[in-house]
Amino acid sequence: MTVRQRRDVAAPVVLTVFVAVVLVPFLSLVLAALQPAGTPLTGLARPDGIHLENFVHAWSAAGFGPLLRSSAVIALAVVPAAVVCATLAGYALATMDVPGGGKLYGYLLLGLSIPTEVTVIPLYYDLRALGLTNTVPGLALAEIAAFMPFGVFWMRAHFATVPRSLIEAARLDGASSWTTLWRVLMPSSRPAVTTLGVLYFVWSWNQFLLPLILIQDPAKRTAPAGLGFFTGQYNVDVPLLAAATLIVIAPVVLVYLFFQRHFINGVLSGALKG
Amino acid sequence: MATTTTPRRAARPVRKDTGPPPHSPSTTRRRRRAVALLYVLPALLPYTLFAVLPALHTAYLSLFDWDGVTLPSFIGLDNYRRVATDPQLRAAAWHAGALIVFFSVLPIALGLVSAALVARRPGRRGTSLIRTLLFLPQVVPLVAVAVIWRWVYAENGTLNQALRAIGLGRLTDSWLGSFTWALPAVGLVGTWVVAGLCMVLFLSGTQRIDQEIYEAARMDGAGPVREFWSITVPLLRPEMAVALSITVIAALSSFDLIYITTGGGPGNSTVVPGILIYRLAFGGGAVGLASALAVVLTLVISVAVVVINRLAKERS
Repeated sequence: MTVRQRRDVAAPVVLTVFVAVVLVPFLSLVLAALQPAGTPLTGLARPDGIHLENFVHAWSAAGFGPLLRSSAVIALAVVPAAVVCATLAGYALATMDVPGGGKLYGYLLLGLSIPTEVTVIPLYYDLRALGLTNTVPGLALAEIAAFMPFGVFWMRAHFATVPRSLIEAARLDGASSWTTLWRVLMPSSRPAVTTLGVLYFVWSWNQFLLPLILIQDPAKRTAPAGLGFFTGQYNVDVPLLAAATLIVIAPVVLVYLFFQRHFINGVLSGALKG
Repeated sequence: MATTTTPRRAARPVRKDTGPPPHSPSTTRRRRRAVALLYVLPALLPYTLFAVLPALHTAYLSLFDWDGVTLPSFIGLDNYRRVATDPQLRAAAWHAGALIVFFSVLPIALGLVSAALVARRPGRRGTSLIRTLLFLPQVVPLVAVAVIWRWVYAENGTLNQALRAIGLGRLTDSWLGSFTWALPAVGLVGTWVVAGLCMVLFLSGTQRIDQEIYEAARMDGAGPVREFWSITVPLLRPEMAVALSITVIAALSSFDLIYITTGGGPGNSTVVPGILIYRLAFGGGAVGLASALAVVLTLVISVAVVVINRLAKERS
């Protein structure tokens, strides 16, 4: 074989191996979830029939139904508000003469390298003093704040690609900046906004440290935080734990599969525009 | 300012009758700038109140000895002295450094190799499906990733089963409970999460590279290894900088994965800064020390990001 032929064979083989390595852990989780509850398991094993009672048990008795609901409520509070705030700010920073605009933008970008670890301690004590721990607004505000730098960055980069002439023309027609944004620019901005919404949803759903600390009340925990506590409690019953995990990841995986192009492009170009 | 605006205000009623507003350009401009600021405010406000101020508050708390309940007492930079000398905190710093190998170096190496292999195949069929699958670990919450891998690494889990199947049964171990293996085992989970992102990032980068460059290199007699180091790697520099920034931040600020897989154990063998901050602040009654550690962590991350971006810009 020539070098070229060898490479033509190597590429699909290597990629297949990588994909297999990604998929096998998921597969072993799915197989474990289908086993009869309480059975001692060994690695990858063909389930003894298909046992969906683990899912039923995880949903009701183990309380993952309500956990999913709290996660959904948080995401509903975070995603639209954060997308709107980021859109307004990105629009202004890209197309208007904002006083100190460059500095404000730099100040917002600083947030990209602020880890949650450095905000969570005072957030806990301060929100508790305000009576906002264990509440939807408390956690939602903390998440919106954490997500804002990327969103402003993303929407500003998007609005910077809009031709100036379009905005000038709208202004000459007497449109206010508000009308220009919603009537003229929004229709063509839908892909950028959708991508941001998808990223925000996934981040909000997957957030762990903030809900772990800001929500101490077991009844109000989010799904990942609940799963975290559950692993401690149900260490032994692998099928039940596997089913619970699948329930927790189902919403993000579905959103991802549905909007995969948006998600992947968002992560890739979001990273590269920086 | 007041003297120039007052007459104009007085003139306002006239405007209704005479049609076009007699605004001077400077007033219009000032108004427009004020409006522009209003647009930025809804983003600025929550960010300042719930991200920047808490971060500054952490810096303030780091100067106190505080158990979270009784009155804090000011101790200056003592907490920072402890961060620099405490053996447990040092261990955490070492582990975070080791995680960079697993979260950054390995995934980037894997990504570059796979990108190089695919870069020269013109008709890349099925890459969309491959992208989707490789990205999957990136989407799933890290808590779930940790649960999945606890099962893979378990005594009778998938990894030991595979080892037994290929006749290496004597190598089996309880990976996450072993002082030797827990850190690399957790690190490899990080590799598993991030590698797909790096691959997809580099694969999309190679589409930018002109196939003619490869043709020219081959005319000059460059082999695949030479081609890799002289074309693929240098031309993917922007993507490498991005991958490095993202993964170094992920390694240094890791928490979820370790909290669920090992909790920092066995002993302190997988303790990282995130775990210690959590333990000290919310279980250990050492809020000041935890704050100092969080401040140092943030500074290290910021410096790392700046250095990575500098290096990327300088060389390109």
